[in-house]
Amino acid sequence: MSIRDLSVDELVARAVESDRRAVGRLLSIVERGGEAADHLAECLQQVPTDGHVIGITGSPGAGKSTMGAHLVAAFTAAGRTPAVLAVDPSSPLTGGAILGDRVRMAAVDTTAFIRSVATRGHAGGLALAIPGGARLLAAAGFDPVIIETVGVGQVEVDITAAADTTVVVVAPGMGDAVQANKAGLLEVADIFVVNKADLPGANDARRDLELMLELSHVTGQEDSSHRPPIVMVNSLEGDGIAAVHEAVDAHHVHLIESGNWPPAGAPVFATSSAAAPNSRSTYSSRRNSAMTPLSPSSMQSSPATSHLRRPPASCGSLAGHERHLSSLRRP
Amino acid sequence: MSDDDAPIRVVLAKLGLDGHDRGIKVVARMLRDAGMEVIYLGLRQTTDSIVAAVEQEDADAIGLSMHNAGHLTLGPAMLAALDAADLDIPLIIGGIVPDPDLPILEAAGVAAVLGPGASSEEVVRTVRRVVKPA
Repeated sequence: MSIRDLSVDELVARAVESDRRAVGRLLSIVERGGEAADHLAECLQQVPTDGHVIGITGSPGAGKSTMGAHLVAAFTAAGRTPAVLAVDPSSPLTGGAILGDRVRMAAVDTTAFIRSVATRGHAGGLALAIPGGARLLAAAGFDPVIIETVGVGQVEVDITAAADTTVVVVAPGMGDAVQANKAGLLEVADIFVVNKADLPGANDARRDLELMLELSHVTGQEDSSHRPPIVMVNSLEGDGIAAVHEAVDAHHVHLIESGNWPPAGAPVFATSSAAAPNSRSTYSSRRNSAMTPLSPSSMQSSPATSHLRRPPASCGSLAGHERHLSSLRRP
Repeated sequence: MSDDDAPIRVVLAKLGLDGHDRGIKVVARMLRDAGMEVIYLGLRQTTDSIVAAVEQEDADAIGLSMHNAGHLTLGPAMLAALDAADLDIPLIIGGIVPDPDLPILEAAGVAAVLGPGASSEEVVRTVRRVVKPA
C-alpha cells in the first residue's frame, strides 16, 4: 500500500513516531492547504511540542545554506535531531522552481531531515506552509527545526513570526554604517553572523553592526536583557560555527529564563491566505505581548499542558502518544 | 487542494562518480519553466541519498543523468534501492544510452529514457506521462 493512500490520521500516527516518509507526505498536505491541511492542523494542536525553531535569513549569497548546513551538523553532533525547511523562490512566470539547498546541506549532514520548499507565490521570504511545516516537524520529534528563508532584501521579516530565534547572516561589502541603521531586517536579529569573515571588510561589517546596536541602546529600542551577539564565521572552513551553535542555545535559554517560552504566538498553522505569515505578529508585538511565564522546571510537568495529552476525538490514531512532554530536550 | 493543483516535484541527481552535469542542469531548467518544482541534488549522490531525498521531499518522479556508460549497473541498482525502501516512484534516465540497452532498462523497470537531442517538449511530456496520478 502506497504512502499516498493513507489518511491524514494514519499519517499523523506514523509521523509522531518519526516516520520520515509520513512526515514528507504530510508536509505536502500542509503545502497544498485546504480541508486535509485544516484537519492536520487540528490533530497537531493535540500534540504538545517543545522544538526550538531557528530562522536563518539574509541576502542572496550571504551564505545562509552553507552556514546553516554546518550549524545543522553541529546540532547532530551534539545529539539533537535537527530538521530543515529550506525555502527557495518559485518562478513568478510559470510557478516552477529549482530547489537547490540540498546540494550544500545534504553534503554536510546526511542524517538531518531536509525539505525543500518553494514560495509558491508568497512574498515575505517564506512560503505559506512554513509555520505549519515547522509545527509538524516539531510534533514529529525534530529539534531544533531550522528554517532557511529565501535570499531576502531589507523588509522580508516574516521569519521573526515563524521562528523563536532569528539569525541574520551578513557578508562583508554589503554597505556602510548608514545602511546598517536603516529600518528592517537588521532590527529583527537575535543573533548576527558576519559570514565570509576571511574577506576584506569583515571587521568593517562588524563595526557597523556594533554601532547600530549601540544606537538601539541610546534610543531605548534594545531589549535590555538580550543584546544580539555578533559572530564572525568562515563557513567554508567551519570557523566560528561552534560559536553560532552556542549563541543559538544561549538565546533559547534566554527565552526560557525570561519567561518567553513557550512562545506566545508559537507556530500557528497558516493554511489560507488570511493567515499568511506576514499578517501575523511582528517582531515588536511578539516580544511585548503577554506570554505565559513558565520556568524550565515547570515545563517538565506543566498542568497547563497536561490536558493536551488526551487523544483528540477527531484524531483517534494519536491515542497513546504521550512521549513529547516527557522527552523534552533542553539545550 | 487536490494533487492535480500542486506542482509536480521531481528529484534530479547524478548517481555515482559521473561528473558531467551540463545536461541535467538544462533539464532542471526545462522542468522549472514547465511549472514543476525541481529538487536538485547535484553530483556524487548514492542510492541511499536519493531514497532519503525522495522520502523527505515527497517527490513524484526521479530523473538520473548518466553519461559514463554506467546505466546498466546504476539504473537497476537505483530500482533495487527503491524496491527495498518500498517506494513506488517512476525513474527516468537521461543521457547517453545506446539503443540496444533500451529494452534492457525498460524490462528492469525504468519508466522512460531520454537521449541527447530530446526537446524541451519531449522532456516535459515524458515526466508528465510517467507521474502517476496521486
